[in-house]
Formats: sequence, structure tokens, C-alpha cells
Amino acid sequence: MNLFSSVRRDLATYGMGYTLAVVLTGISFVIVFFHLLAPHPAFVMILILALVQVTVHLRCFLHVSFKRSAREDLHLIMFSAIVIVLMVGGTFIILFDLQTRMM
Amino acid sequence: MSGVGEPELRHAGLTLEGVPPLNRAQVESDVFGFWAFLMSDALIFALLFAIYATMIGRYAGGPTPGQEFKFHSAFWETALLLTSSFTYGGVSIALKHGAKRRWIVLFMGITFCLGAYFVRMECHDFTTMFHDGATPERSGYLSSFFVLVAMHGFHVTCGLIWMLLMGAQMAIHEIDQQVKVNFVRLGLFWHFLDIVWVCIFTIVYLHGLQR
Amino acid sequence: MHDPSVLWHIFLGRFEWDSLPFVEAWRHPTTSEIIAACASGIVVIGALVVLGGITYLRKWRYLWTEWFTSLDHKKIGLMYIIFAVIMMARALIEAALMRLQQAIAINNSGILAPDHFAQLFTTHGTIMIFFVGMPLLVGLINVAMPLQIGARDVAFPFLNSVSLWMTVGGGCLMMVSLVIGKFSTGGWSGYPPFTELRFNGGVGPDYWIWALTMSSLGNMATGINFAVTIYKLRAPGMTWMRMPLFTWTAFCTAILIIFAMPPLTVATLLLAADRYLGMHFFTNALGGNMMNFVNLFWLFGHPEVYILILPAFGVYSEVVAAYSSKALYGYTSLVLATAAIAILSFTVWLHHFFTMGQSAPINSFFGVATMVIGIPTGVKIYDWIWTMAWGEVRFTAPMLFSIAFMVTFTIGGATGIILATPPIDYMVHNTLFLVAHFHNMLIPGLLYGMFAGFQYWFPKLFGFRLEERWGRISVFFWVVGFYMAFMPLYVMGASSAARRTAEFFNPAFRPWTIIAMLGALAILAGFGCLFLQVWSSIRNRYVLLVPAGDPWDARTLEWSIPCPAPEYNFAVIPQVSHRDDFHWRKVNGSAYKPADHYRDIEIPKNSGVGPIMGIATAICFFGLVWHIWLLATVFFFVTVGAGISRSFMRDPHKIIPAAEVEADHRRWLAEAAAARPVPRQLELTPANEGLAECQG
Repeated sequence: MNLFSSVRRDLATYGMGYTLAVVLTGISFVIVFFHLLAPHPAFVMILILALVQVTVHLRCFLHVSFKRSAREDLHLIMFSAIVIVLMVGGTFIILFDLQTRMM
Repeated sequence: MSGVGEPELRHAGLTLEGVPPLNRAQVESDVFGFWAFLMSDALIFALLFAIYATMIGRYAGGPTPGQEFKFHSAFWETALLLTSSFTYGGVSIALKHGAKRRWIVLFMGITFCLGAYFVRMECHDFTTMFHDGATPERSGYLSSFFVLVAMHGFHVTCGLIWMLLMGAQMAIHEIDQQVKVNFVRLGLFWHFLDIVWVCIFTIVYLHGLQR
Repeated sequence: MHDPSVLWHIFLGRFEWDSLPFVEAWRHPTTSEIIAACASGIVVIGALVVLGGITYLRKWRYLWTEWFTSLDHKKIGLMYIIFAVIMMARALIEAALMRLQQAIAINNSGILAPDHFAQLFTTHGTIMIFFVGMPLLVGLINVAMPLQIGARDVAFPFLNSVSLWMTVGGGCLMMVSLVIGKFSTGGWSGYPPFTELRFNGGVGPDYWIWALTMSSLGNMATGINFAVTIYKLRAPGMTWMRMPLFTWTAFCTAILIIFAMPPLTVATLLLAADRYLGMHFFTNALGGNMMNFVNLFWLFGHPEVYILILPAFGVYSEVVAAYSSKALYGYTSLVLATAAIAILSFTVWLHHFFTMGQSAPINSFFGVATMVIGIPTGVKIYDWIWTMAWGEVRFTAPMLFSIAFMVTFTIGGATGIILATPPIDYMVHNTLFLVAHFHNMLIPGLLYGMFAGFQYWFPKLFGFRLEERWGRISVFFWVVGFYMAFMPLYVMGASSAARRTAEFFNPAFRPWTIIAMLGALAILAGFGCLFLQVWSSIRNRYVLLVPAGDPWDARTLEWSIPCPAPEYNFAVIPQVSHRDDFHWRKVNGSAYKPADHYRDIEIPKNSGVGPIMGIATAICFFGLVWHIWLLATVFFFVTVGAGISRSFMRDPHKIIPAAEVEADHRRWLAEAAAARPVPRQLELTPANEGLAECQG
């Protein structure tokens, strides 16, 4: 039945998103809790895991995709990402430079 | 109605079935406008994260994250919020497929309970920290921690109030187009808050607990 | 037994009698205090006259139902502009006062105490940016942009009303600060730790924080509104590359607003956290980091100045093309230049604080990036010049403003390149050289553009043209006044005269400060002439009527509807097939045609929630300033409750029947057919009824 399969497909998307998110979260917690890596590599690892999880959320929960119908929202997200990178990255570079020179 | 005239609704998220063609422009505008608002909110959070990062280490001789953060509460708060995102998916699916109101109320109710418990846990965490002398007035680091995490908690609380209001709207207006659009927007908001929380537990809690 | 001081604190917070300038002037009658008391007096008397006058003329109902509660973008836009002009009057007087002080105060203390002078430069900057510049451009975009894209209104008309009233509420807070209490003395940028509790625990910085917050709440909503409108509500067939340039700049401005306001929100929020909750974001002690504020503020501040200038660039594009009777030269390059400016504006913010201790590589990067922004701006200037070349140029007031802009703004741009070089900036940062530079960008850039736009689109709003004579006299005073007021500042700044200084000690500055003061008076005269222009045009309006709708033989969609535009803008949404579609239709004889089929039109009904939210938020923030927590809490719930109640409303529309639309449209078409088409030589004569001679 069309309706039933559609519901199942939607449920599967959410379910997959949830499972992936749980797994990614679990890995992050395990790495830090059990000190599986040195602090700096561990932090890089959990940042990457977070980025992946954010993508999972965007895809599975927020249904952001490359489809034509979602194109304008994608424009917005990409532009926001650029601005965020510029502002946050710029802040880091500037403030850490100032910190170095204040030492 | 961006000049090309496609029949498909042009927004991300589960489409609203059965929306009459005349009002599609309004629905698209409403949802797109809310996305724009979320992006500005994302920027506010991003800047609060940046401030937090520059304030790491500014403990002024006071409590440090290693001393104050707890693994188990960070873990359970994450679990609660993530699950609540999943259960809100139930609301979206029920809405899309025209399910009876009781399903929507059920899933939204579960989401509400999970979210409310999240807020309660967070408040408890904060109170514990205050008892230890880790107040926002104690140091620049703690100020930035509390503002960042409490800003998220404040947003979650607003989401909870919004859910209550949606309950009222359903009771008064049945599930008309405006109510559906509001549910779509609440869903965007709620999932967005979970994304922010992913960043918080990674950058604030896990990073802080490493030291 | 109730302690009266407890009651006082509950209902009046930290207010004391000394907070009133009248009382202060009574107790310490110095010249400065008396001037302050006079200023408060003017506000009080002005408010009484306006409120009393409206009551006497029994116009409250009319104002409320026709204007304050309106969701019509044209009316909201006009209210923004009127509000901005009132605030500009105050800010200009403040500027004149400062010029007077600096002309007098060379080796003596002049007429203003340093604290009072500090409040003046702070309010002048804050008002000009947030309560003149922003409302002017938002108002103009509100008026013209939906008409240019063939829409009936903006995407969120109710939100538009809320934005307006948030801005007006912020302005009211600024006005109240003249009467009750003092304003901040920290400049419009409000740097901590000076604005922290330790150095300024009074109400001044709090007024500044909350006035800015009201303005940014309003602007944030406006940014979203305009972006969504342009994305979603363009007429069928109007692709991105067929949009008028003013709409393009409005779009880029909206994007800038959406992404520039959050840093300001964060900066002021965190400063408020420091001041109200004792936190340590920017304090000296316990781990504060003041550079965070500077960085955040300019993350906002730089895109902000591009928000201020891009709509003006859009106006110049429209005005120069219309009054040269030519298509805009280099449309694609203008669009690309606008987009480039918008994106690059996020990469240069550090040039506002070169001197704050960063290492050379960082300063250099931002210096170079700043110079790069000059390139797209230069492209635009050339495009406008080539638009005029071999066109049929008419020197109307808007065109004169545009030409004055092209010359004067270029000078300012050159000084910007000078300032963009970090080693030079170390010499001239925070001197009058900087002050001259940014006024050189804002006055010929933003203000002339807004004046030109207002004069250009005036007929569309009111149905009659503005007469030229006072407009041209105004241009003369503004241009002469600007050069006299600001060129001396370049000289003084290069001789290391600091900005924000109440007293100078170098007698060589005297001739320059006197010329600058005379320039300020000339500017005031120019400002007055604009009023005279409107006044005189209203008196002669029957001679200046242009009902057929196209007084300037322009090219874009808004000129294809009557003057004044009907409430619903377009009787039938146009089908667009070309850039400058209306011009194409005129040339091909397919303009001024009735439609095949008329539909009922839905218009949003008026709503009182916007004004209620604005006023309630202003009262709430007033309570926050004075620590009247009861007032703040109550009115917080009023404003939130009003907003929520709106979401429970259903069907807030009224219908205009198709028959009525058709009748109005046909009547107008008949009027246009009966009108005599005029060539451009007769454009400024009473013969111009708004119908242009066909070309080609």
C-alpha cells in the first residue's frame, strides 16, 4: 500500500538518523571516558564525530538535501556556514594572536 | 512562486499534504523565513561558542570544568534530547500522513516530557555547581559557560512552551493549515536545538572533561 | 510599617530627583546644565504639543486606524521615513552643538562640560546609525521594493509592523533618556571596560544597550522579511537577472542584516550580563577579555556600514538610469559588484581596530582585504558614469544628489584606502581624520541617496511630484555644507587632533573649527530646505499631479501603476518577460492594457498588536534601565502575550472584490489614455501628468 510504504520509508529515515546519532555520540563519550586517545587527537576526533552527527541530523531529521525543492534552504545553510566559519575562525585567529602577544 | 511555477513545495522538511495551491506561497514563505531566523540563531550560538573558546583557561583561580562537569549527567541529557528529536519525528510523520489528532498529541507529549526532564536535569546541574561556588560571577570562563549552556536551555524551554501553545491551538482551531505550518516550524526549531546540543556536549562537556 | 524607600524602589527603581536635568540645572546652574535642561524641555514641550495637537484635532482614531495599525508596506515605509527625519533633526542639532563647542573651546572649556559633550557624541552616533540611517533605508526599501518586483506586499506584513514599532520604541527610549537620566558617554560603539559597572554604573550604558536591542530586534525581523519577499514573491517571469538594481541591493542588504545583527546581539547581551548579573565577559578582573567585545562589535559594525550604503547604491542606479533616459550600463557587473561587496564586507572588520595589538600579518591581511572592497565600488561608479554618457540627462534634485555623491564619495573612498594601510592608520586612528572619512562616506553616500530616493519615489506614494526649486537649493546647501564641515576635519586629523574631544589646545585649529561650524549651519539649512520642498509641494500639489503614474519615463515595474499606488499595488500581477519590463512594454505598445481577468484581492487587515508590542517592549526596557523589575516583568508578559495572541488569530484578511479592482483599473487606464504624453523637456512643468512619450 502506498501510504503504508511511505510511512515506513519516513520512519526508516528517522530511525536510521537516530541510530547513527546514538552510535556517534557513544563513540565520542567512550573515547573521552576511557582516555582512548591523547587529549589533542581525542578532541579532533570528537569534533569530526560531531560534524558527522550534525550532517546526519540535517539529512535525516531536517530533510536537507540536494533536491531541487530544498535548494533555496541549502543556499541559506551554505551561506550561513561560510559566514560562521569566517566569523568564528576570524575570532579565533585574532583573539589567539592577541593572547600570544600579551604573554 | 519564485517566478518558475513548480507545483512542488519548495522547502526542506516533510511536505504538507493537501495544502491548497493558493496558499502554497504563504507556506513556503513561512517555512523559509523560519529557516532564515534559525540561521541567525545558529550564528548567535556560533559566536557564543567562539567566546567560550577564547575564555577557556580564564578560571581566575576558581573552579575548572574538570572539577565541575559530570559524565553521567552530560550523557543522560544528550540521550534525552536526542530521543526527543526522534519522537518529534513521530509528530512530523503523523502530520504528514493525516493521522488522528491523538497520535500527534501522544508523540508531542512524549517529546515534551523528555525535553522537560532535560531542562530539569540541567537546572539540577547548575544548582550543584552554584553550591560548589562555581557561579557565573566567579570567573570569565564560568560566565561564558553559563551563558552558552543556559542560552540553549532557554531555547529548549521556549520550545516546551511552544509545544503547550500548539496543544492549545489544536484544541481551538483543529489542525488547519496554520497549525500545520507551526508544527513544521516547531520541528525545525527542535531539531536545530539538538544540533546545537551536539556541539555543546562535544566542545563544552567532553572537551572540559578531558583535562 | 512600610518603609517608603522600599516602595520607591519597587515602583521607581533607582530613579532619583537628580536624574531630571531640570533639577540638576536648578541645583548646579552651569551653562552646560542649562543647555541640557533646555534640550529636555524641548522634548517635553514637543511631546506635549504633538500629543495635545492630535487630541485637539481629534485625529487619534484616524491615526490609529489608518496609519499605526496598518500593515501596508507603503504606509509602514513612510512612517519609518518620518520617524527617521524627526530623529535626524535631533542628531543634527547635536552635531551643530558639538561644532559650536569645538569652535569656541580652544584653550578654554567652552559651553559644554566634558561629560555632556561625551553624551552628545554618543547620542549623535547612536541616533544617526540606528534611528536615522537604518529606518531611512528600511523605509525606502519598504516603499519601493515590493512595487519593483510586482508583489502586493512583503512576505510578512505583520512582522513588518512589529519591526517598525520596535524601532520607534527604541527611538522613544532615546528621547526619554534626554528627559530622565543621562545617556552613555562611551561613544556609539560602547567599549567596555569603560561601559562596565565599575566605571559607569549609572543608567547611561543601560539606555544605550536597550535602545540598540530594540533597534536590532526590529531590523532582524526586517532582514528576514525582505530576504524572503525577494526570494519568494517576485512576479512570474522575473528571474534574478531581471530584477531592478534597487531590488538587488535590497536583497544583499537583507542578507547582510540577517548575518550582521547576531554579533551585535551577542555583544550587547553579554555586556548586559556583566552589568546586570555581575558576570565577567569584558571586565578588567576575574578573567574578562575586552577584546572579545571589540571583535564582536566590529563583526557587526563593518557589515552594518555596508547595510547603510548598499540601498543608496541601489537608489543611484535607479535615479541615474531614469534621469538619463538610458538603460543602466553594465547591469551584470553592477549585480556582481553588489554581491562581491556584500560577501567581502564579512572579511574586513579588523580594520576598525588595527591599533589594538594584533601582529603585523593579521593587520596586513585585513588591510589588503579592505582595499579590495574598493574595486567593486569603483566598478559601480564607472557604470553610473557610463549610464549618463550620451543619455538625455536632466539635472533634477535626485540627479544632482547623485552627481554630488559620485564626486564626494570617491574622495571619501580614497581616504578609506589611506586608512586601510595599518602603519598610516596608527597615526590617524581615532583622530578627526577618521571622523571626516566616515562622514564622507555616510553623508554623500547614504543620506544623499535616501534624499534622492525619497524625491524620486514621492509621486508613487502621494500622487504628485515634489517641486524642484527647494530641492535644488537643498542640494546646494548640503554639498557646500558638507565640504565646509568635514574637509577641515581631514586637515585637523592629519595634524593629530583627536576625536571625541571637548577642548583643543592648539590655536592653529581655530580657523578650521570655525569653518566646520559654519558648514554645520549650512547643513542645517539644507535639511530645512527639504522640509520647505515638501511643504511647498503640498501647497501646489494640484499643479504637480501625475495620476498616469510615470512622471520620469522610468523603466521598472513600479511606474506601471497609478500615482498614488493603490493599496493592493497591482490590479493584476504582471507577467514579466524582460529586464526593465515596463520600458519594453512602452516601446512595444503593450503598456497600459486592461487585464483579461480580474480576481478578488486579499489584503491583510490592520492589527494593533504591532504598536502594542513596540510600546510594551519600550516600557519593559525602560524598567530594565531603571531597575524597576516589576515594570519590566509586567510589560515583558504584555509584549510576549500580544505576540502569542496574534498566532491564535485566524483569517486576518479583508477582500477587495474583483469588480471593484476592475472598475478602478479601467478608470485609471482611461485617465492615462486621456493624459497628454510629455517629452522629457516638459518633465518638470505642469504639463507632466505622468505619461511619457513613446520612444522607438
